[in-house]
Amino acid sequence: MALDVREPADEAAGARRPARRETTTAFVVSRIAVLSVAAAILLYAAPPLVATESWIALAVLCAAGAAIAYLYLTRRFVPAKYLVPGTVFLIAFQVVPVVYTVTTAFTNFGDGHRGGKAEAVAAIESGSVRQTPGSPEYTLTAGLRGDQLVFLLTDPRTKQVTLGTADGVEPLAGAQVGVTGKVLRAPGVTVLTAPQAAARGAEISALTVPTPGGAIKANGLSRAVEGRASLVYEAACDCVRGDGGTWTADESQGYFVNDRGEHLAQGWQVNVGLDNFARVLTNPTIYGYFTGVLGWNLVFALASVLGTFALGMSVALALHHPRMRATRVYRIALILPYAMPSFAMLLVWRDLFNRDFGLINQLLGVHVDWLGEPATARLGVILVNLWLGFPYMFLVTTGALQAIPRELTEAAAIDGARPWQAFRRVTLPLLLVALTPLLISSFAYNFNNFNAIALTTEGGPFPADSPQVGATDLLITYTFRLAFGAGGAQFGFAAAISVFIFTIVAIISAVAFRRTRRQEEVYA
Amino acid sequence: MKLALRHVFVVIVCAFALFPIVFVVSAAINPLGTLASSELLPTGASLGNLVELLTSDSYPFARWFFNSVFIALVSSFASLLLSMFAAYAFSRMRFTGRRVGLMALLLIQMFPQFLAIVTIFMIFTEVTELYPAFGFDTVWGLLLLYLGGALGVNTWLMKGFLDTVPKELDEAATVDGATHAQIFWRVIMPLVTPILAVTAMLAFIGIMSEFLMANVFLRDPESKTLAVGMYGMIAGDHRNANFGMFAAATLITAVPTVGVFLWLQKYIVSGLTSGAVKG
Repeated sequence: MALDVREPADEAAGARRPARRETTTAFVVSRIAVLSVAAAILLYAAPPLVATESWIALAVLCAAGAAIAYLYLTRRFVPAKYLVPGTVFLIAFQVVPVVYTVTTAFTNFGDGHRGGKAEAVAAIESGSVRQTPGSPEYTLTAGLRGDQLVFLLTDPRTKQVTLGTADGVEPLAGAQVGVTGKVLRAPGVTVLTAPQAAARGAEISALTVPTPGGAIKANGLSRAVEGRASLVYEAACDCVRGDGGTWTADESQGYFVNDRGEHLAQGWQVNVGLDNFARVLTNPTIYGYFTGVLGWNLVFALASVLGTFALGMSVALALHHPRMRATRVYRIALILPYAMPSFAMLLVWRDLFNRDFGLINQLLGVHVDWLGEPATARLGVILVNLWLGFPYMFLVTTGALQAIPRELTEAAAIDGARPWQAFRRVTLPLLLVALTPLLISSFAYNFNNFNAIALTTEGGPFPADSPQVGATDLLITYTFRLAFGAGGAQFGFAAAISVFIFTIVAIISAVAFRRTRRQEEVYA
Repeated sequence: MKLALRHVFVVIVCAFALFPIVFVVSAAINPLGTLASSELLPTGASLGNLVELLTSDSYPFARWFFNSVFIALVSSFASLLLSMFAAYAFSRMRFTGRRVGLMALLLIQMFPQFLAIVTIFMIFTEVTELYPAFGFDTVWGLLLLYLGGALGVNTWLMKGFLDTVPKELDEAATVDGATHAQIFWRVIMPLVTPILAVTAMLAFIGIMSEFLMANVFLRDPESKTLAVGMYGMIAGDHRNANFGMFAAATLITAVPTVGVFLWLQKYIVSGLTSGAVKG
C-alpha cells in the first residue's frame, strides 16, 4: 500500500524543509505505485462489466478508482489516506451485506419467491407444459442447416419427416429414414451423429419449435413431443388461467391465488412490510420457537461466560501463590485446549459423547445417548464450551492478578480479613474492573457461537413432532437452518430474525458497558 | 498442607484440559484407525493413519493445509495492517467524523458478518460470473471476504494500544522533520510489534477455525480449508472409519499454532488483558 510520505503542510513551508530532499524519490515512487495499482484494478475489473452491460457498476467502479487515485495523489486528506484501505473492504463485504440483509427482512425473498413477476410467469407457463393429447411422439434427429441447429422430426406412423426450426415447422421432402425412424440423410441438412448430438445436448434441450397448438421440445436426444402450456398468463386480468381454474395475482403475497385461497407454487418477490417481524411476535408456533430458543440462548451464553470465568479464575488464583511450584508446567498444560484448532476439537468432543463408540460411555461403562436427550445434550455443549473457553479466562485472570499489588491483600490480612473476605472484598472487585469488558465481549461472542452448536449437536436433539427447532439450537443456528436448511429457504424471515439477534446483542452489550463505566467510577 | 490442596485442584483441572487431547493423540496412533477402537490410552502405535492421510486420493489434506495456512497468514497479516492504519488515524489525528466513525465501527462489529451470509452468497454469485478468479471455490474470494471484517474487529483494540504510546514520541519525530508515514512505519510500528504479534496470532487461529463462511463458500475438494475438509472427512458414514485419520489431521493442524503459542506465551497474557478475543 502506497502512502503519502509528506506532511499536508503548504508547499512553501514544505519546500524549505530538509525533509523534502530525502523523500522526493519515495514520494514519486509511491505515487507511481498508487496509479499503477489503480489502473491495474480498473483494467482487470472493467471488461466483464462492459461485457454484461452493467453500466451502474462500471460507473461506481470508475468513480471509486478515480477518487482513490486523487486521494493518494493530493497532499490533503491525510486521515482519509489511512482510513480508506480498510473502509473499502468494510463497505463492500460488511456494510453492504448487512444493509441488504436488513432490507431483505421486509420482503418474502426465499424459495418460491426468488425472482421478479415475469420470471415467475415464465416458470409457471413452462412448468405446466403437457403433451398435447393425440399428438405423436416424434423420433428426433438433430441436424445443422448452415450453422443453425434444426430438428428433423419423424412421425412414427407415417414416417413423414418434418423440419423444425426456432421459427416453426415446415414439411421436408426427400429425406432418407432408417429403420428406427432416425433420419440418415436429408437435403440441405447435415445430420449430426449421436456423439455430435450429445456434445450439443444443452442447445438441443434449449431449442423450442413453435407450432400452432403449442411447441415441440426435445425429450432427451432422440425423442421430441409437442406440448402445450396448460396454464397461460393473461395480462388483461393479471391472472393465470387453465387447468379449469383462474389464479389472480396477489401483489401483497407475491402469489397467484384462486378463489379458494390456494396459490400456485411459484411466486415472486414482493415487499411484505413488517410481516416477517410480526410473524415472529404473533404467530403462536413461531413465537414459541423464538422465545424458547432465545431463553436457552441466554442460558447458554451466560453459563459459558460464568462457567469459564469461574474455572479459569479458580485455577489462576490457585497458581497465584508465592510458594507454588511447577507453575510453568501447569500453565502450559492449561493453555493447550486454547491452542488446539477449535473446530476439530468440537468434532472430537462430539465423538467423545457418541453413544455407540464414544470414550465417555466406554470409560463409565454405560450406554447413554448423551447428545440425544435434551437435558444431557444441553449440559454437554456447556461442558464442551467450558473446556474450550476456560484457558482464555485463566490467561486473562493471570494477567490481571499480576497487576493487583500484593500490598492490598496483605493489608486486608493484617486488618483481620479471612482469605475469603479478602478475595470477595478486595481481589474480585479489582479483577472485575479489569475484566468486565472482556466478559461482555465473551458474552456477545458466545451468544452467537455458531461453531459450538453446529459442529457438536447441529441444534439437536429434535422433538419428533416439530423438526424445525432442536433443544440446543441457538438463534444463530436456527436462523441458519431457516435460510439454508432442507425445509426450503426463507431468506426474508431469516433476515428478520437476524435483525432481532443484532438488536438483542446490541442492547445487552450497551447496558453492560454502561454499568461497567459506573462500576469503574466506584472502584477506580 | 494448603499448598497441597492447591496442587490437587490444579492437577484435576489439568486432567480435564488434557484428556481430550490425550485421546486425540491415542486415536492418531491407533493402528485400527476407527473411533470404536480408540481408547484414552493407546493400545498400540503405528503411523498408519498419518500415511493414509498424506497419501489419500479422496482427501487432499496437504492441499487443505496449504489453503488454510495461506488464507490465515495473508488475511491475518493484511487485516492487522488495515486496522493499524485506521487505528493510527483514529488515535493520532483529529478530523470531522472521527467520533462517528469510531461509533459506527463498534455498531457494525456487533452485527456478526455471518448473519449477512445470504446476501454475501448472492453477491458472490454475481462475482463468480464476472470474475471467476475471486468467486466461489477460490481462496482469493474468501480472503477478500475475511478482510471485510478486518476494521470492525481490531481497530478499537489497536487504537487502545496506540493511545498508550506517548504522543511526545511523534512530536519529537515531527520536530526532526519526519512525515506522518515515517512516524507510522519507524516510530509507532516498532513500539507495538509485540502486541501486534499476539493479535496476529489470535487472528491466525481464529481464521484457521472459521467454518461457517468457508463451508458456504468452498465446495470443490481442492479449494477447501482444513475446517471444511476435515468436517467432511468424518461426516455421515465415514465418522467411525476415518476417525484415526481425522485425529492425525488434528494433530498436524495443531502443531504450528501450539508452537507459536508456547513461543509467544509471555506476550499473550499482556495482549489478552488489553482486550483481544479469540474469534
